[in-house]
Amino acid sequence: MINFQYLRTTTAKSAIALLLKDKNSKFIAGGTNLIDLMKRGVTAPDKLIDINHVPLKNIEQVGNNIIIGALASNTAVAENALIKDKLPLLAMALNAGASAQLRNVATVGGNMMQRTRCGYFYDTEMPCNKRTPGSGCGAIGGFNRMHAIFGTSENCIAVHPSDMCIALIALDTTVVLANAKGERKILFKDFHRLAGDTPQLDNNLKPDEMIIRLEIPVNNLSKNSHYTKVRDRASYAFALISVAVGLEIVNNKITDVRLAMGGVAHKPWRLTESENFLKGKEATLENFEQAAKLAMKDAKGFGENDFKLKMAPNSIIEALTVAKSKA
Amino acid sequence: MRNQILKDENDRVDGIYKVTGKAKYFAEYELPGLTYGVLVTSTITKGKITSLDTKAAEKAPGVISVLSHLNKPSAPAYEQEGGPALKIFYTDKIFFNGQPIAIVVANTFERATYAASLVKATYAKESFNTDFEKAVSDASSKKLQGQPDYKRGVEDAYKTAEVSIEEEYHLPIETHNPMELHGIIADWRPNNQVTVYAKTQGVKATQGTIANVFKIPIENIQVNSEFVGGGFGMALRTWPLEIATVMASKHISKPVKVVITRMQMFTMVGNRPAAVQTIGLGAKKDGTLTGITHRAFGETSVYENFTEGVVNMAKFMYQCDNVNTQYSVVPVDLGVPIWMRGPGEATGAFALESAIDEMAHALDMDPLVFRTKNDPEKDQQRNKPFSDKNIKEAYRVGAQKIGWSERKNKHGSLVDGQWKMGYGVSIGVFNANRGRASVKGILKADGSLVLQSATSDIGPGTGTGMTLIASKLLGIPVDRIKFELGDSSLPPAPSQGGSATLSTVGSAVNDVCVSLKSTVAELAANANMDATSNFVDVLKKNNLPSIEVTKQSQAGKEREEFSMYSFSIHFVKVKVHSLTGVVKVDKIVSVGDSGTIVSPKTARSQMVGGAVGGVGMALTEESIIDHRYGRYINNNFADYHVPVNADIPEIEVHFINKPDPHINPMGAKGMGEIALIGFSAAVANAVFNATGKRIRTLPITPDKILA
Repeated sequence: MINFQYLRTTTAKSAIALLLKDKNSKFIAGGTNLIDLMKRGVTAPDKLIDINHVPLKNIEQVGNNIIIGALASNTAVAENALIKDKLPLLAMALNAGASAQLRNVATVGGNMMQRTRCGYFYDTEMPCNKRTPGSGCGAIGGFNRMHAIFGTSENCIAVHPSDMCIALIALDTTVVLANAKGERKILFKDFHRLAGDTPQLDNNLKPDEMIIRLEIPVNNLSKNSHYTKVRDRASYAFALISVAVGLEIVNNKITDVRLAMGGVAHKPWRLTESENFLKGKEATLENFEQAAKLAMKDAKGFGENDFKLKMAPNSIIEALTVAKSKA
Repeated sequence: MRNQILKDENDRVDGIYKVTGKAKYFAEYELPGLTYGVLVTSTITKGKITSLDTKAAEKAPGVISVLSHLNKPSAPAYEQEGGPALKIFYTDKIFFNGQPIAIVVANTFERATYAASLVKATYAKESFNTDFEKAVSDASSKKLQGQPDYKRGVEDAYKTAEVSIEEEYHLPIETHNPMELHGIIADWRPNNQVTVYAKTQGVKATQGTIANVFKIPIENIQVNSEFVGGGFGMALRTWPLEIATVMASKHISKPVKVVITRMQMFTMVGNRPAAVQTIGLGAKKDGTLTGITHRAFGETSVYENFTEGVVNMAKFMYQCDNVNTQYSVVPVDLGVPIWMRGPGEATGAFALESAIDEMAHALDMDPLVFRTKNDPEKDQQRNKPFSDKNIKEAYRVGAQKIGWSERKNKHGSLVDGQWKMGYGVSIGVFNANRGRASVKGILKADGSLVLQSATSDIGPGTGTGMTLIASKLLGIPVDRIKFELGDSSLPPAPSQGGSATLSTVGSAVNDVCVSLKSTVAELAANANMDATSNFVDVLKKNNLPSIEVTKQSQAGKEREEFSMYSFSIHFVKVKVHSLTGVVKVDKIVSVGDSGTIVSPKTARSQMVGGAVGGVGMALTEESIIDHRYGRYINNNFADYHVPVNADIPEIEVHFINKPDPHINPMGAKGMGEIALIGFSAAVANAVFNATGKRIRTLPITPDKILA
């Protein structure tokens, strides 16, 4: 057996202190991804720090922000009355992910930290720059049907796998992180990274930091929001393409809009240019089509995933259309 | 089943056991001193092992032994010419990626797993090909093995027909993926006595294979397999990994358990072979079929050939004077395939039944009308009448239940927002087999009956069916009957495959019950009792605690006189999203025409399971290989998409339920295969009806709809 030390702690402060003690240690919460990675030999931490008992499961409104603790389970968030009322897009995205059993144990922080599902990353006999920098990218020239069309690099074309994060980036979320010295805040859009020359890094969390909570500003998008997920089967499958949409429509005019896509990049992909185009325009099919077209600038297929160049704009139109139709 | 709880014919004899966890599967047996084996597998696809370093593994905590070709554990059959094609631990040759090259045995599973990761092999690599489609296109000039060509009338008559089509159909590798992982517990004791707890579709077959490989008397080997957590064909042979486990147990004189990983399920226990097929159809303008050509290539391995009945259906399913078929297998550097539910017939039916739909479209005919018009009166291939066939009635029932009258012949006619709706139909057919089996019956004075046979139940409900046959014949309540199976010491029966168990073993149960009945009548007469006396009274009067009889039963001349098949008609309604390409099956109606329905609940479950498997075959299942490395990419349940509940709509099952007057005493025919055969074509045909897109490559994933 590859042995590891298992520690349990009940405060964020002590969790961070334990993390600092040993470079090769990892937090474990739901463990729905980490345990897979350990079983497959992709990662082998010396120390697992169980943070499930750290009291970070709160879901509440404070002023104009909805606060979600990093250890709230996916199910707890998706079924929370406040979330369903004020941030239905987040609930929809969460419920589109994984399976009920996984959502019951998976946490918000863990969901942000989950690693790509690229098959080459999981098979230690295959090349993968994300797992073993310098070994090459198996997916380029290989099986890349699930892979990225935006922001790719010659080192890695993996996609970020989360549904929740697509909603979070659309909702202008802020992430609160802590280290031994204190807290810092970063925008959710700056949390995950593109692969670039460092495909081994998925995000900008520093080695001495812990995710504490999310802060999501309340908005007027809840009525006309929608999460479209296109996948190979109706549940328990990663997105080929997913689209998170929130619209604020006054007299058929779009006064506010959020658009983000999943299954297309190494990070949640916000469609800022499409949003800017739609703002102030009529909520018509023609404008939706134009917004979808704008979103596809700089998209690039790798062979097996070329279909995404068509599926992605189609899905944007579908998501916008459904969001608009909600009464 | 022992101590079964079965209150009426709507219950399964093992239902309570399965849902309460009392059913014991092979891996759950605890033997004293049990050890754990983990297989080390090749990481190259073709070549030779040049060195194998097992030292670190041997020194790892808890490790008892490491076996490989270096120590060649004793298996006499492997020393001889011929014998098994893949001689595990007797060769340094690598035939496929993931081939077992060593087994590490330790005192815990975790320690064996870790130690297995320490075994280091070096290889001399050779070039290889795992791409079946490429192999087929490269193979045209080579001499291929397969099955004899078939020809009736004019060859390729479709080419000169008034209306003709010629199309190519592609199926990927599918992996059986039953819930239960494969493996075995082997306990080799002194004096060459061997007990195994196996996951097998045939306890006698497993027993025979072990006897043959190790050259020990068959009666030395006891095989137990009372419950099997799904097989779908993959447990129809004793795989090299099982032989490896027996070898290890013999070598260390301790019981050894091996349960392979889900990833190893993709490489070690077979798959539905990929196939490339061409169908040519010719017809008169009035819809009379005048030519059928079916040419198929199936995937096989380089070290062992595997063939199946891909082109069977074309020979008899439709009235047509000119039919020719050809079937060859093309080797690739992968593990040898094996039958997967419906087997080759399901592969063939996708092509043929898609092509029939394409021809109906070319003729601008309703595909049901076209099929009915060409429904054969007799089997033209064998020149015999069908023993029983009610296809037209099945068409009527299914069409009414699915709402076929709503269907428009012009595709794309039914639209609801972005969704396009369509209807599809397909036939499934499979040989109604009947083999030879023995059953022992013990009728007891306490009013109970025990029946025994070395058959299996991989899920269809064997024990339930047999119990119901006996209950009906002897008038004994179902809760007083036990049917024992999955034990090689019981009277012999064939493996459970090819939809033959009910017909084969059920006939022997019938014969045993008839015999017991006449024995009771004789005993009654001897004791001057009324001929209608209850057997309990008769046995008591005769001072007999029990009477027993063993009967062997098999088919007679009727199989020479009649052509015997089971049939199914699958109707599906689909909706296809025009923007995202997502296909949703909206409703399923499957109609079975397989003689008498002995056990309504388990028969329905068979059809439901077949439909679910059919949805997987049609829409989601595909084993993907990176041909640069020869390794599977999606070898897990997250990425290999078996349908989930959310993919499955309402399934209606109907049966014609008329006895086949010739097949066997019950008039009942098998139905495990027909539940799946043809289903994928019904979906593809419905997708065409909805969208006008003809998808000839499975599975029908959203990208193919958008292409």
